Amino acid sequence: MKKDTIGEPLSRVDGRLKVTGGAKYSGEYKFPGLTYAVLVPATIVNGTVTAVDIKAAKYAPGVLAVITPFNAEKVPGYQPDAKKPVKGLKLFNDNQVHFNGQPIALVIADTFERATYAATLVKATYQVQPFETDFRKNIDKGVTPNAGKYKDYVRGEADAYKNAQVKIEQEYIQPSEMHNPMELHVTTAYWEGDNKVTVYTKSQGVMSSQRAIAAAFNLEPQNVLINARFVGGAFGSSLRTWPHEIAAVQAAKFVKHPVKLTLTREQMFTLVGYRPLTIQKIGLGATADGKLTGITHESHSQTAVYEEFTENAVNVSRFLYQSPNVNTRYKVVPLHIGVPAPMRGPGESTGAYALESALDELSYALNIDPIELRLRNYADIDQERNLPWSSKHLKECYQLGADRIGWANRSPKPGTIKDGDWLVGYGIGCGAFGAYRGHAEAKLKLMADGSINIQSATTDIGPGTNTAMIVIAADVLGMPAEKITFDLGNSSLPPAPTQGGSSTVSSVGSAVHDVCVALRQKLYTLQGKPRDSMDEIDYAAVIKEQNLPYLEISVGSESGDNAKNYSMYSFSAHFAKVYVHPLTGVVKIKNLIAVVDAGKIVNQKTAASQMKGGAVGGIGMAMTEEAIIDNRFGRYINGNFADYHVPVNADIPQIEAVFINKPDPVINPVGTKGIGEISLIGVAPAIANAVFNATGIRVRDLPITPDKLLS
Amino acid sequence: MNQFQYNKANEPHSAVKLVAKDPDAHFLAGGTNLIDLMKMGVVNPTKLVDINHLPFSKIEKLPHGLRIGALVSNSDVADSELVKAGFPLLSQAINAGASPQLRNMATVGGNLMQRTRCPYFFDTTLPCNKRKPGSGCGALEGINRMHAIFGASDQCIAVNPSDMNVAMRALNATVHVSGPKGARGIPIADFHRLPGEQPELDNTLKNGELITAVELPYSAFNKNLSYLKIRDRTSYAFALVSAAVALHLEGETIKEARLAMGGVAHKPWRLSAAEEFLKGKMVSEGNFRQAAQIAMKGAKAYQYNQFKLKLAPNTLIQSLRIASGIAAS
Repeated sequence: MKKDTIGEPLSRVDGRLKVTGGAKYSGEYKFPGLTYAVLVPATIVNGTVTAVDIKAAKYAPGVLAVITPFNAEKVPGYQPDAKKPVKGLKLFNDNQVHFNGQPIALVIADTFERATYAATLVKATYQVQPFETDFRKNIDKGVTPNAGKYKDYVRGEADAYKNAQVKIEQEYIQPSEMHNPMELHVTTAYWEGDNKVTVYTKSQGVMSSQRAIAAAFNLEPQNVLINARFVGGAFGSSLRTWPHEIAAVQAAKFVKHPVKLTLTREQMFTLVGYRPLTIQKIGLGATADGKLTGITHESHSQTAVYEEFTENAVNVSRFLYQSPNVNTRYKVVPLHIGVPAPMRGPGESTGAYALESALDELSYALNIDPIELRLRNYADIDQERNLPWSSKHLKECYQLGADRIGWANRSPKPGTIKDGDWLVGYGIGCGAFGAYRGHAEAKLKLMADGSINIQSATTDIGPGTNTAMIVIAADVLGMPAEKITFDLGNSSLPPAPTQGGSSTVSSVGSAVHDVCVALRQKLYTLQGKPRDSMDEIDYAAVIKEQNLPYLEISVGSESGDNAKNYSMYSFSAHFAKVYVHPLTGVVKIKNLIAVVDAGKIVNQKTAASQMKGGAVGGIGMAMTEEAIIDNRFGRYINGNFADYHVPVNADIPQIEAVFINKPDPVINPVGTKGIGEISLIGVAPAIANAVFNATGIRVRDLPITPDKLLS
Repeated sequence: MNQFQYNKANEPHSAVKLVAKDPDAHFLAGGTNLIDLMKMGVVNPTKLVDINHLPFSKIEKLPHGLRIGALVSNSDVADSELVKAGFPLLSQAINAGASPQLRNMATVGGNLMQRTRCPYFFDTTLPCNKRKPGSGCGALEGINRMHAIFGASDQCIAVNPSDMNVAMRALNATVHVSGPKGARGIPIADFHRLPGEQPELDNTLKNGELITAVELPYSAFNKNLSYLKIRDRTSYAFALVSAAVALHLEGETIKEARLAMGGVAHKPWRLSAAEEFLKGKMVSEGNFRQAAQIAMKGAKAYQYNQFKLKLAPNTLIQSLRIASGIAAS
């Protein structure tokens, strides 16, 4: 019998490369004749560029070219008659400006510094139009999105909460929050002739980048090679191909040199998406003994005037708790701002902040313990889809988390526990995120020495994807992890989905699982054994005895029809213990526990790291992060790392990740459900609820800065 | 970044001369603030005079105090045994600011010269009287959460961002400068200025004057002290409000108090009336609350910094509680 290696802690196989600087990121590839592109941002919010004076820039030292709307070669995919029109902003294709900071020119020079300097010499003149960036002022202009799945939802009776014995009706505000991965967005591109381009870019999906750039330049996809071997964090900001990436490819074509385009940190606040400012109204109604009788969840989010962005802000209220009556409404408000993008736990984290805060408020109104209230409304099936769960162990999450955080020490009365000066509070917040599985392919090569190489065109934006894939392969093959390598991050590999939506291990891991099973079956067949034999295999020996130089095998893998009979979600319960200083409003998070039902955990070590990373993101959402626009100028006033506060090490407490670790029997052969999103979803309300428990102050507009806690 | 001339000064006299004759020349020390401002286009010097090789990097014991050279790094000041023994408040304040990397580069003189972090000052597309006199104050009716509650004018409501300066103010430092017309000492109270009608001027230095050292007089304020900084995250953030407190105690009696605040004014803000009130009083929560109330006289808030009217006195009270030993730090 083979040894079960899944779940064993394995250190990142590329950890050494990363900490020694050996891992090469998109901005670190050097080519002969490499040139540097720098974007010139618009300083108006809405209007048209009437002229761009490029004379000074063009004759500045080292400048090769200046691209503007008036001299740019047309990008085929931007044209109205394009076969596959590229969505979103069509940079330099027209002279419209839709938001402050939108690039209106691109300077290419022989060094980054010279391009940066020349960019300051580009002078645009504009015809200015009135603009709107003020979300609150324009909230009445909210529209139901065009995408059909965002239609109003009603189960049972709408607004039933209004007639309940006990009810909560509150508004919760999630401010704009920037992804801000440590690695800046960088794209390096070079053409070979007119029909083939190679691109090194920060991408969560090399196949989708390939499709987008092929469509933009009307190329055969196989003539667009995308590399994203290492990605220094993305959090959703590299799910799509951005206009500046297409501009870099366009520039490389124009100057006939390799071009590298690096966004500045300031440009990262306007050009690569963000979690949109969202205002949500929640109504909860319950019987006196704490049975939910109605949930209403209405949400308004920012979007751009030039492109609609949508996310699942209200959906979590439809299924997380049992209720006969639920109605949700989701609207977007188009403004003169850059388009948002999915950000870790997209929509769900915003929605869960509102729902889980409101549920906490209800628990105080009912005088029922928040965990008990969740148990009384435990959803045994998915009422939204009327399907059984493929697996759900949230009750165990509650129990384990309560034990670890010391929930028994919590006082039901806020502001009654002190440690020295400090008020002490406990809070819980839950998260859920759909467990997805997409079609993925994998190719395996068994070498003469018995080592294995597996390839798939997935990416690794940080969770340790290749490490997880090697663990899965080692488990199926019954061989040590050291003998297996895994290649990813290149569009010439067998196709795999974009890394997003917590689905990589489920999708690509299944392909890896299946290709390893296929290898075993093949080898048994070659040996004349039954293909489902469980005999140990000496891989090098079989190759030798079969007189093969190597053996290659490929599979594609996807869900079977059975999956349609179940509702599949990962669940998390986050617990926070906080100290709040009553005079200064300073919050110290003392402890965070994340208890997770995500099916089988492939690698305890990297999974725990991923959970901690998500919790840090949740702390940022709860405590520090808010991008602020001065609506008089339509411009961010804290678009830099000094004034926009991501949490620092000193803000981060001990974070403990606890895994239920029971395989999901439906979703895929490994039984994994995904943890990327639920590591963050529910963290912010857990902290906000703990702050209330400590102080009696309910913060309904994140982040929870000291000024909001001055009693 | 615009082109500029770089000069390395080998002696103070030539440094002063180079800067004095060119209105767009700047001294360059640690560069942690100036280089950022140059990259943003906020400051566009034609000439940088690098003073890092001048002999201002010693901490010396004087008969009545300590002399800290203008080029001593913030880290070296904070870690100095002489400073920790005689002026622990200064050590605490410096360590509350920036990050270790910045403190390693930043100098004492540079910290005194640190420009405001007002976002309207930093963004060249927005109005700012400090950056561009006459262009208006973007903060007055803008996002002014970080802004002044004391001593502002309708021309400028920015605050001095330094932590070090707040402790220096409480400790009665003297700033020594050398200029075309010779050397002089400027009491820290007179070094930084309020914006008034000339917000472009942060301080009272005259053309070409170079900071050479800071002197701190020895005092009995090295035992009961606290620098409490309240900010939006635990480190690497500017103060919403900070309170430097040093008490000379005899038993439970306050012989003398030194109180200053950061994050509330265009200069480090000394709370003389509150000091006067505490003189001879007993250590007590009640007295601290009264002192804080007195300290807040004349405070004026704007749309987004109303909270400072509460946070400022509360921070002072808590810092007094810590300094006097009522509360743990």
